[in-house]
Amino acid sequence: MTNQYLKQIVNKNYQYGFITAIESETFAPGLSEEVIRQISKLKNEPEFMLAWRLKAYQHWLTLSPPKWAHVNFPEIDYQNIIYYSAPKVKKDGPKSLEEVDPKLLETYKKLGIPLHEQGRLAGVAVDAVFDSVSVATTFKTKLAEAGVIFCSFSEAVQEHPELVEKYLGSVVPYRDNFFAALNSAVFSDGSFVYIPAGVRCPMELSTYFRINAANTGQFERTLIIADRDSHVSYLEGCTAPMRDENQLHAAVVELVALDNAEIKYSTVQNWYPGDEEGRGGIYNFVTKRGACRGKHSKISWTQIETGSAITWKYPSVILQGDHSVGEFYSVALTNHRQQADTGTKMIHMGKNTRSTIISKGISAGFGQNTYRGLVRVLPQAQGARNFTQCESLLLGDTCGAHTFPYIEVKNPTAKIEHEAYTSKIGVDQLFYCRQRGLSMEDAVCMIVNGFCKRVFNELPMEFAVEAQKLLEVSLEGSVG
Amino acid sequence: MLKIKNLHASIQDEKQKTKSILRGIDLHVKPGEVHAIMGPNGSGKSTLANILAGREEYQITQGEMWLDGQNLMDLPPEARATAGLFLAFQYPVEIPGVNNMYFLKAAVNSVRKQRQLPPLDAMDFLTLIKSKMKEVGMDEKFLNRAVNEGFSGGEKKRNEILQMLMLEPKLAILDETDSGLDIDALQSVAKGVNSLRDPNRSIVVVTHYQRLLSYIVPDVVHVMVKGQIIKSGGKELALELEEKGYGWLNENVEQV
Ligand SMILES: Nc1ncnc2c1ncn2[C@@H]1O[C@H](COP(=O)(O)OP(=O)(O)OP(=O)(O)O)[C@@H](O)[C@H]1O
Ligand SMILES: [Mg+2]
Repeated sequence: MTNQYLKQIVNKNYQYGFITAIESETFAPGLSEEVIRQISKLKNEPEFMLAWRLKAYQHWLTLSPPKWAHVNFPEIDYQNIIYYSAPKVKKDGPKSLEEVDPKLLETYKKLGIPLHEQGRLAGVAVDAVFDSVSVATTFKTKLAEAGVIFCSFSEAVQEHPELVEKYLGSVVPYRDNFFAALNSAVFSDGSFVYIPAGVRCPMELSTYFRINAANTGQFERTLIIADRDSHVSYLEGCTAPMRDENQLHAAVVELVALDNAEIKYSTVQNWYPGDEEGRGGIYNFVTKRGACRGKHSKISWTQIETGSAITWKYPSVILQGDHSVGEFYSVALTNHRQQADTGTKMIHMGKNTRSTIISKGISAGFGQNTYRGLVRVLPQAQGARNFTQCESLLLGDTCGAHTFPYIEVKNPTAKIEHEAYTSKIGVDQLFYCRQRGLSMEDAVCMIVNGFCKRVFNELPMEFAVEAQKLLEVSLEGSVG
Repeated sequence: MLKIKNLHASIQDEKQKTKSILRGIDLHVKPGEVHAIMGPNGSGKSTLANILAGREEYQITQGEMWLDGQNLMDLPPEARATAGLFLAFQYPVEIPGVNNMYFLKAAVNSVRKQRQLPPLDAMDFLTLIKSKMKEVGMDEKFLNRAVNEGFSGGEKKRNEILQMLMLEPKLAILDETDSGLDIDALQSVAKGVNSLRDPNRSIVVVTHYQRLLSYIVPDVVHVMVKGQIIKSGGKELALELEEKGYGWLNENVEQV
């Protein structure tokens, strides 16, 4: 009985599923050296970029897609993907918001992301990536005053090639894995952030990714460098239209934190998850990694993963600097036929390095949710500490939760704690809430939100509320 | 206010075997009355309370239940709650991560909506809840904790009474709210309950101890044994039970 109620609750519709009719410049599907040369040429890239892309491509050709994740999907035909699609603009991309196609601004407005600087998210600088290219970055001047560089990746390549050359691929080399190699060869844009030494970034930085064109892969690249004693908080959000076919999103995010620097990276991932039967939806295969290079540096990943047909990602931290800190806070929700295999890697290299992993998986419908995490302590990492807590919540009998923790400790002074639980949404809790007058739907949302509280607390204020709402929407029709 | 006629209920265990728990309950609680239900462990008191509140795992095989002229049988638990039925649970559950105040506010406003009252705004709500907390002797720090999480047994019971005072039910059922309470807590709980006594409200207390009934004086005392009410009487019955136990009543139990 309860299950039936639950079933009715967890199915709201994806509200970002619209398509923007916009003229775009789109390549024919397929991947070849020629395509890569074209992308590089279109972007007027310096020689080192093209050389790097081509090396990545040559390496990619030697690889085959990985198979180890606990996910199921038909083989992807990489020759059937469009590797570049950009809204048509007068030459070189928009110089200011006035030059951005009003249709695009309208799209972002529908998504609740005003690009006009007086927008709702006042105080948050936004870079918006539409299909393959960045369309607008807000609050540029204010940030420039603080010395912060926040721009599209393409612009960074033009304006700050020395920084790009120094750091690109330094955390996620193109040899890292199949999707990272592919991304390195074909990525067309993304966001770039540099926070100079001693600067606390005066506002939240944020990027919104939007896939619009059909059959298009989105391969963006984000690079964030926090110089000595600096601080930045960065948020990424994503949506896509509803389409019957699957679309590939293979991004790479690299973070570098130098001495005493802190990077907080939050993701609210709401790519189109596919329909109830599992038709369509985004394949979200992303490589995210941060390097705590300096001593006392800190990198913190917070992710709310509610979208995508398949999510496959492990935001990780390499703790090189002594006393550096890595954190991973995750909520992953899978409903209907969604699959998620997500977690983190914490690689302890420096002395007295610390890491914390808090993972909350929620499965509903026929969703499959896997936590996969690696904690590795190298021999020189004296005094390393890790605390891991993975909890899974099942809503109904047809979904699944799986936990694969890998722990490799090569230093005897390390302290590793690991806790894992799986629970079903409690009949007693539901009844208690309903006895107090809450509807079944509100009761489920409340309990699930409570379950995620620890992670939501890590999100910047403005987004914690959004995340909560998103979870409610994603839960609709989920339980049964 | 509450009318129960010949109520039979059972549950299916893991082996799909049917176990009957309630075997013909008749109970009539008029507006303004306080009834006490006593009886040995496992006699079905909590089951009755849970069935009245709409717990779904029991099968009701026979009988009727009415609240203020409304047939409870047709209503889901939340509709019974908004219609004015409140159950203070014998074992209140913990809801991790859900703020106690937020929870109560959602509950109060959901009930108010049903009564066609506008939702209380944050300020009014805070003023109200603080005064009620004083009444039941609860520290304000409990507002910002998660619902019942890590509360001691007595704190959970006080929290139930706080919720009851906030929700102002027509019919309050208190399932062993007195067990596990220290003397002071017992008194503040009793005070809270008594403050709710009203000619338009009914209260059913399930208890094992006469002690509570000297603070909350009942109009009628019932004895439940093996799913039946085998004896009813005035408040003296509670004293008699305290003295003699339940054994002497056994002849009243119908054999199944
Ligand atoms: N969900 C259930 N599953 C199996 N058996 C149940 C269930 N609920 C109640 N019972 C059984 O029904 C009988 C009555 O239980 P109930 O909790 O109503 O007793 P009670 O009178 O409240 O006892 P106590 O005074 O100990 O609280 C017991 O034998 C109990 O084991
Ligand atoms: Mg009981």
